[in-house]
Amino acid sequence: MIDRLVDAVDERTGGSRLVRKALRYVFPDHWSFLLGEIALYSFVVLVATGIYLALFFEPSLTRHAYQGSYAPLQGREVTEAYRSTLDLSFHVKAGLLMRQTHHWAALVFIAAILCHLLRILLTGAFRRPREPNHLIGAAMLSLAILEGFAGYSLPDDLLSGMGLAIAYSVALSVPVVGERLGPLLWSGEYPGSGVIESRLYLLHVLVIPLILAGLIAIHLMMIALLKHTQFAGPGRTERNVVGTRLWPGYALRSLGLMAVVAGVLLLLGGLVQINPVWQYGPYDVAAASNGVQPDWYMGWLIGALRLMPAVEPTVLGVTVPNPFFGGVLFPAVAFGILFAWPFLDRMVSRDRRPHHLLERPRDAPVRTAAVLGFATWVIVPFLAGASDRIFVSFDVGYELQVTVMRVAWVVAPAVVFLVAMRVCRRLRSSGERPLRGWDGTVLERSESGGFRPRAGRE
Amino acid sequence: MGVEHQGPSLVGVGGLAADFELSTGRMPLAAPNLQPIRSDPSFSGADIRRLVAYIASLGGPAIPSIDPSRGSLLEGRDLFALQCAGCHQISGAGGVVTGATVPALDQATPTQIGEAVRLGPYLMPRFGPEQLDQHQLDSIALYVTQTTRHPDDAGGLPLGHLGPIPEGMVAWLVAMGALLVVARMTGERAS
Amino acid sequence: MTGPRAQLEPEDPRREVTADPTRELVAAVLLLAAAVASAGFVAAYLLSGDTQLMGLAIGATFVLLGLALIVFAAGLAGEGRAVEERALPEPVQPSAGEIVTAPGSAITRRRLLAGAAGVAGASLGAAAIVPLASLGPAPALGRSAWREGRRLVDDAGHPVKAEIMETGSFLTAFPEGASKVALGSPLVVVRIDPSMLNPPPGREDWAVDGILAFSKICTHAGCAVAMLRYPLFPDREPGPALVCPCHYSTFDVTRAGEVLFGPAGRQLPQLPLRLRPDGTLEAAGPMSGPVGPAASGVDW
Repeated sequence: MIDRLVDAVDERTGGSRLVRKALRYVFPDHWSFLLGEIALYSFVVLVATGIYLALFFEPSLTRHAYQGSYAPLQGREVTEAYRSTLDLSFHVKAGLLMRQTHHWAALVFIAAILCHLLRILLTGAFRRPREPNHLIGAAMLSLAILEGFAGYSLPDDLLSGMGLAIAYSVALSVPVVGERLGPLLWSGEYPGSGVIESRLYLLHVLVIPLILAGLIAIHLMMIALLKHTQFAGPGRTERNVVGTRLWPGYALRSLGLMAVVAGVLLLLGGLVQINPVWQYGPYDVAAASNGVQPDWYMGWLIGALRLMPAVEPTVLGVTVPNPFFGGVLFPAVAFGILFAWPFLDRMVSRDRRPHHLLERPRDAPVRTAAVLGFATWVIVPFLAGASDRIFVSFDVGYELQVTVMRVAWVVAPAVVFLVAMRVCRRLRSSGERPLRGWDGTVLERSESGGFRPRAGRE
Repeated sequence: MGVEHQGPSLVGVGGLAADFELSTGRMPLAAPNLQPIRSDPSFSGADIRRLVAYIASLGGPAIPSIDPSRGSLLEGRDLFALQCAGCHQISGAGGVVTGATVPALDQATPTQIGEAVRLGPYLMPRFGPEQLDQHQLDSIALYVTQTTRHPDDAGGLPLGHLGPIPEGMVAWLVAMGALLVVARMTGERAS
Repeated sequence: MTGPRAQLEPEDPRREVTADPTRELVAAVLLLAAAVASAGFVAAYLLSGDTQLMGLAIGATFVLLGLALIVFAAGLAGEGRAVEERALPEPVQPSAGEIVTAPGSAITRRRLLAGAAGVAGASLGAAAIVPLASLGPAPALGRSAWREGRRLVDDAGHPVKAEIMETGSFLTAFPEGASKVALGSPLVVVRIDPSMLNPPPGREDWAVDGILAFSKICTHAGCAVAMLRYPLFPDREPGPALVCPCHYSTFDVTRAGEVLFGPAGRQLPQLPLRLRPDGTLEAAGPMSGPVGPAASGVDW
């Protein structure tokens, strides 16, 4: 019966060859190829929970006295944005569950993108002919970070409000245009007319999700057209794809993975508290709390802002405010390198051929070391932004910590680069830990010119 | 009277200071230049009362009487947010300032809260009765004890009330960890 | 030749899957467990509304459902040995690039057209940019409502009397009758032992009995400078300073808000104070400099 139903749809959509081809489409299915899917399913959860939240949230900075159930704020004047968030959390059944699931999904969305990106960079999947897809992926990462920041800034609580003030300062710090850029976005000098709230809302609820959805669609389409890359192995060449067919194996497993992702996010959303804005209280320009942090994916920026020395130079009559270096220059260079990666890789390796077979990280030691070194350079500021309490609990003062981190920012990437090079070369020559699912034999050339299996583990 | 380079004179510090430092275990201090931190008191309750009585007899402010039940939660929250949260963190979890740690307030009794506010121990500012009166002190003590002992954690596991850092760690270690395990289970199998 | 050869259709898809009764049983059990969890969610929603219970139930439902699908599908995956050819680009005449450039061979007045297009493009670009001029001149930043004679009021709007502050205290103040939320408005007022003060020339009379006022908005990135560290024993402890909790910019209150540590590039602007006859504090002049984070532009 199902076969007749599918045939009926197929006939009416005129896609007979396309549908049959799609159903029989082969995906290589190494586990590391599923990381992008985890990100995709997190996005699905974000959209679904986001729609629910948008039914209750009011993006307005008009103030009224709070009349809800949270006692410490009873009677206090708060904005509609803050009030509606609290009401959603306390007075709508499953409202807090949806809100927390949405927030956990955002954290996991970007974490999954980074795991996926790491896999892409380490296996050379960005090489010709997949450079455009790499650029699209990098664009989606930057949009996802912006989207997350806009999202958690909507409730107008003390934590996110402080972050918005810093964002304004970073906007002001862009050379030459800074003094117009900040007031342009906030409609006047900070805190502005309050229109920033509806601008963030529009961005977060409509503009960025639409762009992301479009980019995701193109990203997937390009994978489908070029077919997915695969690791080398028996029967695998640059000209074919060996793996699992879309139907039934791959589709059902992917649906299963989507359900598991949703399940994990819902479990966290119900069991582990995240962003308890009622405890933070409403934002006030004249107030600040100790220990305020942005969401994890912005941690590299707070670290960079803390580590930069106190320079605020005037160059050719133009002031360069200090937040520029940590808040604009550093991420611009990092993203610049990321976007340019396929072309930098091509320059260094002098390899312009198309590739559909992936390299294992150990087989490209320079690239792997460069990826890990670059990742270290981005990760050190994360630690700098987050570790003040840890350092102090070990009796290391904050001032000393800053010095240590500044040195680490330069030294650690170099050390990681060198160590990674050696580890790659050692793994490659020893033949240890072969690719999962690979049942071949490592051969080596003998002195007389023939081939023999390498002694040792296979 | 104090010994130079060792300890200051205690004449005039009052029972307030003595009770605060002794009952929170900050004094006796292991070495003169360390930051005093809360620890187990070195003396028994009865000994502390005797020491405090002696110091009080040398003159100075008396132990304040703090009654949180007389305070207003809303006022306490607003005062704490504007005056105290910058150092002690909005949920009283403590923090860092250049040159010192700032203690968490989960073990501070209402009396100790009042004492600290009036005394300004170590690097803490101090607030006299004309700036923060009895009712305001009661309110602050109410907010602090409520928020540290009975926080509203409707969302579940509070992760130490430390905010986005433990949240990020859970996202990576718990969520991504679990999902990576599932991905490995789902992916390619050796024949 | 080893390894599977590329198999182009037609072939029978039923030959690619293998039966696995154990997996099917496991999948069925997981599905039933998911059903139970799902019922649990409905019960939790209707009867309790507790976030933890609801999350546990609905989360477990999805996880179990997902695992059921994964287990079931693993048996249908055909052991990952299906093969398909890639459609690699074949050189075709004419190529896509050639098709696009082909009409160029019919153009005769190449230079004329190129020149005209260039002029049109340039003027269209200029026309697109020109409306930006309506944005007007950059707004004046860093200003504040503080003027000579403006009285200090606290968060509740009551005038601040100097005598309420003890040495080592601080409070937040605002200009009377002006917006509390403008960047230039919030003030942090501190009372320091006058013997510790070391003001630069010209600011000797800016303090009232050791009471000083500074902008509360950090000159680094706009957070409220909400920490005062004041030593109980000045000979053993760091000196009095205002510290910002965001990036730990530290401002020396004994030296007119000079930056001691941290990324701030400018000292904290100071407001000169004087005493009114009734003992309340008022500004003795405007702020010493622009307030808040620096802006890049020609005239900051």
